[in-house]
Amino acid sequence: MASGLDCDSLTKVYSGSKGRRALDGVSFNLPSKGVFSLIGMNGAGKTTLVRILATQLQPTAGRASIDGLDVMKDAKKLRDRIACVPQEARTAPFMTAKQTVLSYLLWRGVGYREASTKAVEALSMVGLQNQVNELNRKLSGGTRRKVLVATVLSSDADIIFLDEPTTGLDPISRRELWKLLTNLARDRFLILTTHYLEEAEELANAIGILHRGKLVGLGTLDQLRASVRYQYSLMLSPGQEPPPVREGEVTTGGAGQTQILTNETEAQEISKSLLEKGTRFSLSRVSLDDIFFHIVHGGSEEDSQP
Amino acid sequence: MRPSGWQVMAGILMNSIYAMKNYPMVMVNTVLSPLSFLTVITFVSKGQLIGEAIEGGFIMSMFQAGMSLQGDLSHFKNDFKLQDMVVSSPSSPVAYVAGMAIGEVIYSVPALAVLVVLAEIYLNPGLVGALELLAVLLLMFLTSVTLGFTLSTFSSDIIQSFAFSRLISTLFSTLPPVYYPISYVPLPFRYFAYLSPTTYAAEIAQNATGLVQLSSETLATAWIVLGAVSISLLLISIKKARWRDV
Repeated sequence: MASGLDCDSLTKVYSGSKGRRALDGVSFNLPSKGVFSLIGMNGAGKTTLVRILATQLQPTAGRASIDGLDVMKDAKKLRDRIACVPQEARTAPFMTAKQTVLSYLLWRGVGYREASTKAVEALSMVGLQNQVNELNRKLSGGTRRKVLVATVLSSDADIIFLDEPTTGLDPISRRELWKLLTNLARDRFLILTTHYLEEAEELANAIGILHRGKLVGLGTLDQLRASVRYQYSLMLSPGQEPPPVREGEVTTGGAGQTQILTNETEAQEISKSLLEKGTRFSLSRVSLDDIFFHIVHGGSEEDSQP
Repeated sequence: MRPSGWQVMAGILMNSIYAMKNYPMVMVNTVLSPLSFLTVITFVSKGQLIGEAIEGGFIMSMFQAGMSLQGDLSHFKNDFKLQDMVVSSPSSPVAYVAGMAIGEVIYSVPALAVLVVLAEIYLNPGLVGALELLAVLLLMFLTSVTLGFTLSTFSSDIIQSFAFSRLISTLFSTLPPVYYPISYVPLPFRYFAYLSPTTYAAEIAQNATGLVQLSSETLATAWIVLGAVSISLLLISIKKARWRDV
């Protein structure tokens, strides 16, 4: 059995779905370290894949394992090593932040005194040291999300599933959490789903792109970038005349800015000509947004919000 | 304490202690429900049925604990996704349900305490009678808990779950002759009453405290039926209840 995260023809058909495959023969293997981020549109199969890997859901066909532990046959052993914050998880309003984390640790079999200490430590890690004894119902939506993240941080699990962990967080809190997750991923394996492509770009060592239940892209950001036709992006401010492009795609956004996706040689030539004309522009390698749209819709942005 | 002990404690804390500590008002409902029927029956019978009504209060408390478990488990599962978080942890379904179920009994402690005091004053069952009463109540609790857990794993939303909970609670603990002897029920309806396990529990309890005199055959039948229902529901819950979704 392969080490790391290994999926082989993983398929899921929910009862009552008229045979629609929520996951359709997903196969891949990657090392179980760092951050693996799953991206995809709504209904792409991200949560289904996470729930199968987190031993919450039975696959219809295929198999999956993490570090040689099969999610079906070795679920008991695997559950000693995993922790998960589901997508729609909520904190109980009648409990305090500390009671939430403490009771989660008790579920994991940690003793009361140790759980109590760890709960306060984990809440401090997410910046909630002053709200430890606050009732969850009095906390903001983003803060409640942090309490849930603190539950898994407090555990000794070395494989952590976070299904859209930063949804509802303000930009500053989100970046604080990114820092925390980056530190956490030094000695643990994080599997996270997200709708924020810049989040995956910032955090992930490996990115998986799911589309209609199929894995349509997998690799590091550089590997995904290499897999698409154009690797460079030039952005021209609104009102700037785009230069002639021999090879590439030119699109104009709603705000009037023009984007040119092209290859390295062409990007150099266009840059040179724009500089000579004194045109203001920016040049960068294509972002995960560009890659995602290209892979999922062949470059068309229509109906492609992840 | 072993890890499973802490896991059970987590359920007790989440499903009773924290809510009772942070929202003391929640206890009022658990006290009022069994005691309100007791009061009505006692007043209407001019005190003659106070013994049966006290035993009915015990049976209703135990049965409602299991039914509340169904609603609460469903609430924690569907609204908080707690069950998913616990499934992805070293905890077991047995520890999860045991903790949550004991939590329901702890919720009922204020009502049970009042009933124990009333039983001591008006029933005075003696050691054997008290043990028999305790055994019946434990069987009743096992029946309702296993039924509640099984139903909770199948319900997908809280409205459906609480509707189920109220319906079953009414069918099994309010309509059957739990607070008064079955002899008060007209004959054609008596057959329907015997479809409910709580009817047998009430008969055993009333016999244990001398409120009715059952023949040994009737008593044995009541125990067999109650035991069979409890064991059947336990086996069904073990077989059918879903820990991991399919």
